[in-house]
Amino acid sequence: MSILKIEGLTKVFGGLTAVSNLNISIPQGRIYGLIGPNGAGKTTVFNMITGIYQPTRGIVEAEGKSLAGLKPNQIAQAGVARTFQNLRLFKKLTALENIIIAGQYNTKYNLVTAVLQNRAFKEEEKRLRQEALQLLDLVGLSEYAEYKASNLPYGHQRRLEIARALALKPKILLLDEPAAGMNPEESLALMGFIRDIKDKFGLTILLIEHHMEIVMGICEHIVVLNFGVEIAHGSPEEIQNNSEVITAYLGEVEKDDAAS
Amino acid sequence: MGYLLGIMTLICCNIIVVIGLSLLTGFTGIFSFGHAAYMAIGAYSAAILTTKLGVPFVLALIVAVMIAALAGRLIGIPTLKLVGDYFAIAMLGLGETVRLLLDNGGKLTGGARGFGNIPGKTAFPIAFVIMVFSVIVMRNIIGSRYGRCFLAIREDELAAECCGIDTYGLKKTSLTISAAFGGLGGALFAHYITYIQPIMFDMAKSTEIAAAVVFGGLGSLSGSIIASIILIGIPEVLRPLYQWRLVFYGLLLVGTIVLRPQGLMGGREFTIQGLKNAAQWVQEKIPGRGKGEKR
Ligand SMILES: Nc1ncnc2c1ncn2[C@@H]1O[C@H](COP(=O)(O)OP(=O)(O)OP(=O)(O)O)[C@@H](O)[C@H]1O
Ligand SMILES: [Mg+2]
Repeated sequence: MSILKIEGLTKVFGGLTAVSNLNISIPQGRIYGLIGPNGAGKTTVFNMITGIYQPTRGIVEAEGKSLAGLKPNQIAQAGVARTFQNLRLFKKLTALENIIIAGQYNTKYNLVTAVLQNRAFKEEEKRLRQEALQLLDLVGLSEYAEYKASNLPYGHQRRLEIARALALKPKILLLDEPAAGMNPEESLALMGFIRDIKDKFGLTILLIEHHMEIVMGICEHIVVLNFGVEIAHGSPEEIQNNSEVITAYLGEVEKDDAAS
Repeated sequence: MGYLLGIMTLICCNIIVVIGLSLLTGFTGIFSFGHAAYMAIGAYSAAILTTKLGVPFVLALIVAVMIAALAGRLIGIPTLKLVGDYFAIAMLGLGETVRLLLDNGGKLTGGARGFGNIPGKTAFPIAFVIMVFSVIVMRNIIGSRYGRCFLAIREDELAAECCGIDTYGLKKTSLTISAAFGGLGGALFAHYITYIQPIMFDMAKSTEIAAAVVFGGLGSLSGSIIASIILIGIPEVLRPLYQWRLVFYGLLLVGTIVLRPQGLMGGREFTIQGLKNAAQWVQEKIPGRGKGEKR
């Protein structure tokens, strides 16, 4: 059974069909890749899954339950966490605070007990802090706990954003270009990191990435979008040898050459 | 001495209002240039309760806070769906609307001529104790998960939403608390000054409150408190220049934004160690003034 199911997903912006009739079905515990040239509609798919955009048509189901009509915060609490293409950390807050914020949605105290600072409040705060410290330790950022997020090295910021998503205790993790701006060495480390957290947290992952060595290296199945339409799907080998995919990407390379 | 005590009482009332707006603007990132409206709502509610209905002072304070909080909540429902500057504009409109309503409130509010004979219940010790109590309550809120949610919203609303935070709900909470503090400050103020007029809660007052928050540094409770003391205290001492206060606040706002956008405290809290560091910084800066201009 698939843990994340997308059926006939479509998004139209004015006259532009950014995503057209997309179907993806991910079984529990897998890493799927979503690739395609710039503007293909990949991020739009994530925005529809996480409730930021209302799909024009189609359905998204997580663990068999429809996510239709849920607000992004409800979807996050329902076990679908994400990262952003252009890092969206809480920049002026510490790494630890970034994690605590995502981990605190089911805290058992209210405004009155927060003001009174009773036992329950103190215990919950202690628990939140400990859990966050543990998570930071797990992703290798514990020495940065008290650093402002914006003062972390770039690669660590990416890692922190993933850790923040993990603090939501998700079942499904959506990663939008986690290796963007990384050098090959950092990308390699990231690859190991993603595999690692997948096993430790029992995650199912959908990954958008332009770095092909990462996509081919860790994804078990890949879906290719071009102009919002799926042009291919299959194993990394199948995708690498697919002529339509090669043409779509070659077209982009030519465009890039012309631009530079 | 009585005069100084009076100014200190006034400062206490204003600190409560300013830390209320500090929560909304400094910690939640929502600007409001109509916050005197909540102060007015608190002031008039409490004044009507004690003066016309003979309600005991403390009870009147509590009810006035609840009315102001409710007003904030209700006003937040439609306006907090607006993004960014539109909310600030809506609050500007609210400020003027409340003032006009009070102007035309007939016998109930005394209209433009004002509302007098309010019992002078806000003695300095009372104002001071309530102010300290308010600061502690606010500090505890900010230190809790609510405070962290507010900060997350300020930093990145979309990311906050994707971290499981009901941003709309929490923005309403922030405005409600903020309005409650405004109402409390207003109610105390009415019972100190014993005579209130709608004009006391005009745009200039709203600007003054916002200026204190920005000047103190967004996201610093102690900064808001220090700024209140400076901003409320100085104009009181310089009463003769009273008409110029809007110019003064305007210059201060623009000056802060241009010269020190992080405000007096720059989002940090006041600590003894911080004071030592600042003293050192000043000592280093003064002899070689030219160096400081580099920025
Ligand atoms: N809110 C929006 N309003 C209008 N058009 C949009 C909106 N969001 C995305 N689009 C358009 O939809 C198309 C797909 O955008 P999307 O960001 O999903 O692409 P992408 O595959 O993530 O590209 P990239 O690799 O550059 O991140 C683009 O043409 C984009 O301009
Ligand atoms: Mg994208």
